Amino acid sequence: MGADEELLNEIERAAFGYFRQAVNPANGLVADTTRDGSPCSIAVVGFALSVYPVAVERGWMPRIEATELTLAALRFFRDSDQSGSSMATGYKGFYYHFLDMHSGARVWRSELSMIDTALLMAGVLTAREYFSEHTALESELRQIADELYRRVDWHWSQNAGTTITQGWKPESGFLRYGWEGYSEGILLYVLAMGSPTHPLAGDAYDAWTVTYQWENLYGIDFLYAGPLFIHQFSHAWVDLRGIQDPFMRDKRSDYFENSLRALQVQREYARRNPGGFAGYDENCWGLTACDGPSTDAPDVIDKRRRLFGYSARGVPYGPDDGTLAGWAPLASLPFAPDIALASVREMHRRYPEMRPDQRYASSFNPGLVGADGKCWVSAGHYGLDQGIVTMMIENHRTEFTWRLMRSCSYVVAGLRGAGFSGGWL
Amino acid sequence: MLQRSDNFETDATDVDERERMHNVRPSDWRNPQPAQRYDLVVVGAGTAGLVAARTAAALDAKVALIERALLGGTCLNIGCVPSKALIRTSRLYAEMRDARQYGASFPNDIRVDFPALMQRVRGIRARISRADSAHALVAAGVDVFFGEAHFIDDDALTVDGATLRFKKAMIATGARPDMPAIPGLAAAGYLTNENAFDITQLPRRLLVIGGGPLGCEMAQAFCRFGVKTTIVQHWPLFLPREERDAAQLLSDAFARDGIEIRLDTNVEQVRVDGAEKIVDIVRDDYRNTITVDAILTGTGRVPNVDGLNLEAAGVAYDRDRGVHVDDFLRTGNPRIYAAGDVCLEHKFNDTAEASARIVVQNALFRHRRRLSALTIPWCTYTDPEIAHVGLYVRQARERRISVKTFTIPMHDVDRAIADDEEMGFVKIHVKERTDQILGSTIVARHAGEMISEITLAMVAGIGLRRLAGVIHPYPTQADAIRKAADACDRTFLSAKS
Repeated sequence: MGADEELLNEIERAAFGYFRQAVNPANGLVADTTRDGSPCSIAVVGFALSVYPVAVERGWMPRIEATELTLAALRFFRDSDQSGSSMATGYKGFYYHFLDMHSGARVWRSELSMIDTALLMAGVLTAREYFSEHTALESELRQIADELYRRVDWHWSQNAGTTITQGWKPESGFLRYGWEGYSEGILLYVLAMGSPTHPLAGDAYDAWTVTYQWENLYGIDFLYAGPLFIHQFSHAWVDLRGIQDPFMRDKRSDYFENSLRALQVQREYARRNPGGFAGYDENCWGLTACDGPSTDAPDVIDKRRRLFGYSARGVPYGPDDGTLAGWAPLASLPFAPDIALASVREMHRRYPEMRPDQRYASSFNPGLVGADGKCWVSAGHYGLDQGIVTMMIENHRTEFTWRLMRSCSYVVAGLRGAGFSGGWL
Repeated sequence: MLQRSDNFETDATDVDERERMHNVRPSDWRNPQPAQRYDLVVVGAGTAGLVAARTAAALDAKVALIERALLGGTCLNIGCVPSKALIRTSRLYAEMRDARQYGASFPNDIRVDFPALMQRVRGIRARISRADSAHALVAAGVDVFFGEAHFIDDDALTVDGATLRFKKAMIATGARPDMPAIPGLAAAGYLTNENAFDITQLPRRLLVIGGGPLGCEMAQAFCRFGVKTTIVQHWPLFLPREERDAAQLLSDAFARDGIEIRLDTNVEQVRVDGAEKIVDIVRDDYRNTITVDAILTGTGRVPNVDGLNLEAAGVAYDRDRGVHVDDFLRTGNPRIYAAGDVCLEHKFNDTAEASARIVVQNALFRHRRRLSALTIPWCTYTDPEIAHVGLYVRQARERRISVKTFTIPMHDVDRAIADDEEMGFVKIHVKERTDQILGSTIVARHAGEMISEITLAMVAGIGLRRLAGVIHPYPTQADAIRKAADACDRTFLSAKS
């Protein structure tokens, strides 16, 4: 194993370890973070269901353990309260964003989340594809996975409009936020269009992509979105290399190539460093959705600076308070392996504290240095970060999830419904 | 001492106010004897009315101009002029507070002298009012009438007991602030642009309802005067018509200023407790109460169509859209046209002026100028300013036009860096694989000045690449436009190589 491979193996295994640590084996729910009292995030469950197969293949988890953990989650969601009441688990096949780790009831008055349900369903379908043996457990697993996916009423989520709404609350109905511009919503739309039971009505995908902005920024042409995770999340499951929807056909590009360009834009921004933040350069970057310091935090010394806490940091318009996600370059590994790895090594060298317990913290801020000489580091670990790191490293190494999902008929139907063609499709 | 004169409240002891009133509503005014028949009767002496009357009179037309309130209308008296004067002073206070950022020493005691700044506002208003005073209009050959106009036929109207007959007429009665239907608001009292410039002392706490241009401008200005300001916006972003990035940058600017931002939020009701106003707001299912000393509403404007007896003239209208006009700005009555806020979707001073010129040409010279042929830029005068012209990307894509945007962040512009005014961008949208400019949004300290270059290019049919060859003085913030043009040019050159 070469040095790079060794490094990636170490990071991937550590990231996967989060899910073993944060799962409630009784119901398969996985905590959003390792912080005390963290509820379950349904999106993190989606990542968990997607990385169990990786762990089986890597020999980090016995297949039967992965099967049982997956089944626990699927059975829980199947049997959960779908009444849509304020303390239920879901409604119309969707689920509230945050759930109690033990009862599975809605917490924090969170919204019934369309995108987080999509991330959950991506994991459900990954499990459905992977656990293909003809055992009683794996057969049941596939059957429940299919049932859960077919139960999601994507059409309802349009709220009689053209595009998918962002969420719904029992107290106030649909949120008024819509999906505007390119985002990780591409996965949501593909899954929603591939449904054999409740597909989207009308030209929903077209109505969404009409809000795209193709920009030349820092001399680089790309489909604009500020935070880096937007250019990564859909790629964790869907192999978007060489396939094009009508928008990308017109631009003579594809979403994979676009993510490479987004990475280049990030590096250009970091090189320019308009905010004058410590540490930024072409090998130290990664503005994305992540935790961050806030002025309320007791460990923040400089109270005059504007700090944004957990926020979707992006380029070039911010928000930017000097906080970077160390894991973000790794999550771009498949798009530009050499650049990503060079940045990863450099950032490790400069700020080893960004990886407490060998696992990436959500973020670090090189400009906020404590008395021990170390920079501010987000406490604990976040499941979303560990999930995307595990999956993107594995996709880079073996194309594992991409290959699995290329054979998922629902994803293929969704891609075709959105107008994708070419390449492996 | 506030005195009411013909229903217009003004401070009779203030020399500037006395001058302004002398110009825009002379107390000793006597309406002239009407001519037998006018070539053009203009109803309303705001921007559109003044431009039409002056232009027509200069072309030797017999013109009457009728105003029920003050010459100059909203723009001069309660709109653009006083608000921009106020905003300028608010910028100064913001810069004084940010002095360290410019390497200057920080003044120890910055206290807002509100009476002084309002005196400045009044002085500017008075000065600008001279250009379009009643006496100046008369000297220009315009018959000026003060009073309420009522149409009595398809070619006649009355004002102050006199009947005016016309070959052509133009309705330019403008618009007024829309009052949001919020229980308790009227009883609690609130400010609009109509009375905000009359206040004599700053409130300690202010709630601004509405995140459109007026609400945003006023919220930022008052916050910079040290007023604890909260802005409540129904939509998830400010300026919902503008590009998301522009609206997001404005939110960031507001946060830096210290404005408390409540987006996606509605005001449910207002109650009064002594001198305080208690405001209940709701976002999704979260309810909060805000206590303030004053409320300012900026939720839009509605056209002034009441009391004109438009039915008698056969002019169709409704209370939302105002007077109905075709693309030539003609109403259902071929003798009568309309211009400005009373009939236009874009309720801007410049557009009112442009529409008035169209009316003069179409009504008096039988031209066929079209409203739709206008290229209309606009600007919200926050800091940074947000200016736009032409199509938004979404509009272009909805029309199946493939779009490419050349974006220059202001942090890539040397002068913006030198000025410490890096927040913002220039975005120029072109038709893909061409350099035809479709539209542009600029967010910058002086975006309102910069957008004119793009507007000129669009009107003249100049492609973006040609702007790369236009020398822009260095260093200027407008150099961002040349940089965008350079980027466009490089795209073409690299495609050829």
